[in-house]
Amino acid sequence: MSRLTSVACLLALANLALLGGCGEPQFSDAEKKTIASLALNTLPSLKSDTTNQYADAPAAAALGSTLFFDVGMSRDGTVSCSTCHKIDRQFQDDLPQAVGVSHTNRRTMPLAGVARNPWFFWDGRRDSLWAQALTPLENPLEQAGNRAAFSHYIKKRFGERYERIFGPLPDLSAVPASASPLGTDAEKAVWNGMTAAQQDDVNRVFANIGKAIAAFERSIEPQQTRFDRFAIDLATGAAAQGDAVFSPEEILGLKLFVGKANCVSCHNGPRFTDNAFHNTGVPPVDGLPPDRGRVDAVAQVQADPFNCLGKFRDGDESACRELRSMVKDGPQITRAYKTPSLRGAADRPPYMHAGQFSTLDEVVAHYSKAPPSVEGVSEVHPLDLSDRERAALVAFLKTLSD
Amino acid sequence: MASIWRYILAGLGLAALLLGIVAAVYLTLPPSASGPDLSRSKKTANGLFVASFEPEHGVVRQGELQSWLLTLKTAAGAPVEGAAITVSGGMPQHDHGLPTSPQATDYLGEGRYRIDGVKFTMSGWWQLHFSISAAAGSDSVVFNIVL
Repeated sequence: MSRLTSVACLLALANLALLGGCGEPQFSDAEKKTIASLALNTLPSLKSDTTNQYADAPAAAALGSTLFFDVGMSRDGTVSCSTCHKIDRQFQDDLPQAVGVSHTNRRTMPLAGVARNPWFFWDGRRDSLWAQALTPLENPLEQAGNRAAFSHYIKKRFGERYERIFGPLPDLSAVPASASPLGTDAEKAVWNGMTAAQQDDVNRVFANIGKAIAAFERSIEPQQTRFDRFAIDLATGAAAQGDAVFSPEEILGLKLFVGKANCVSCHNGPRFTDNAFHNTGVPPVDGLPPDRGRVDAVAQVQADPFNCLGKFRDGDESACRELRSMVKDGPQITRAYKTPSLRGAADRPPYMHAGQFSTLDEVVAHYSKAPPSVEGVSEVHPLDLSDRERAALVAFLKTLSD
Repeated sequence: MASIWRYILAGLGLAALLLGIVAAVYLTLPPSASGPDLSRSKKTANGLFVASFEPEHGVVRQGELQSWLLTLKTAAGAPVEGAAITVSGGMPQHDHGLPTSPQATDYLGEGRYRIDGVKFTMSGWWQLHFSISAAAGSDSVVFNIVL
């Protein structure tokens, strides 16, 4: 009897060995390596921004935080950065297109990890976080202000705080109340009537507003999720515990994400983005102005006086390699948009650069079908995923929000 | 009972032997011939130069803007100076170009040119194509990089 028991045990062990060792393993070594590269613990510490000498100054971040939430930083005193970048909503607004002073044509981007971007906005029309922060301030659809008015406002409301960080404010007594090279026709005319020294003074204060807001935004970083706990356990070989255990559907979704569905080609690294621009055939939205993505942003970032090569940059030009080596033309940048991070995406519909898709199911269905682009060439190819596979991908994406 | 025991042992032994043979065959097979040529040093297309291409700081990192060194020598081994270099490339299996426009930014002497602005944003097979014009004439070379 005891021999029979030992034979049975041996058979059971052999079965286990076959299933566990020689059968299909949960993940191949290559898959494990890719999964490990997506985990948040591989995110390097935030690099300094030499173009903004105040980037890591606590007083600048504190002033930036005040300005970020201050509706006084707009034409009519009703809109702040936080109107669209809502602090309790991953710094986005849940709308298909942002609404500031008026209705815009793009989806608000969330801010977790924003300081790690080489390019800003969906089309990369700005090349630093501080230059980005200035743009909505003067966009007539967003905060709709003008830089002369902002300079006066800073002097009146925050003069002492400003001067403790950036040094003495310029003499603004002769600067008109409203003027900007990007404003209304009247504001442009007034701007053109200002002396070069006055324009420079105003631009300097304006640039420092952006640098303070950027200093604040650097503190907004992605948080650990269920996926990260799962990935760490997978990498270390530890037995997953509690919510780090993935369901078979989530495992299938992860395998598809790093495998057959090719998501990881662009959504790579611990932020799930390659920081690059791609045409993925996302359709335009009826009623919105023509939108060609990256191809139209190239000239804008080159013309921006606050770009890395401009005189308001701190530090030296060695920080400007991204701008110097950007792709300026060619078919691949038409209707190309920045790969968004997928961290937290499940909790912030709608999706794409103008909120084209209202659910993750629609997003995954789009990539599975891969329709051609209305202009330029889509980089994605049909996947023909089954219903079960599409649902599994969505289940996996949700683990980046839990 | 004893005979069952023996059969199981024999079965396990055979399985182990089979596994060993499969492993030996697998390990001794030559690498797949269809993969791209990954050499970092080669003759240019018309044999005018010998070109070497290496990351300046030794390691290739996905997603990072990096500088590489292109070293140009004549077939006789003399450094090629004053070359005009243009860079293009992409991912042959994805039908797309490079995410950046790398450029020859500095001449470092001894035929070495710094190619700055190289970024590989995804894993897979990348190609960098160099067009080279120098006193000896014009030629081109393609390097394959697999991440």
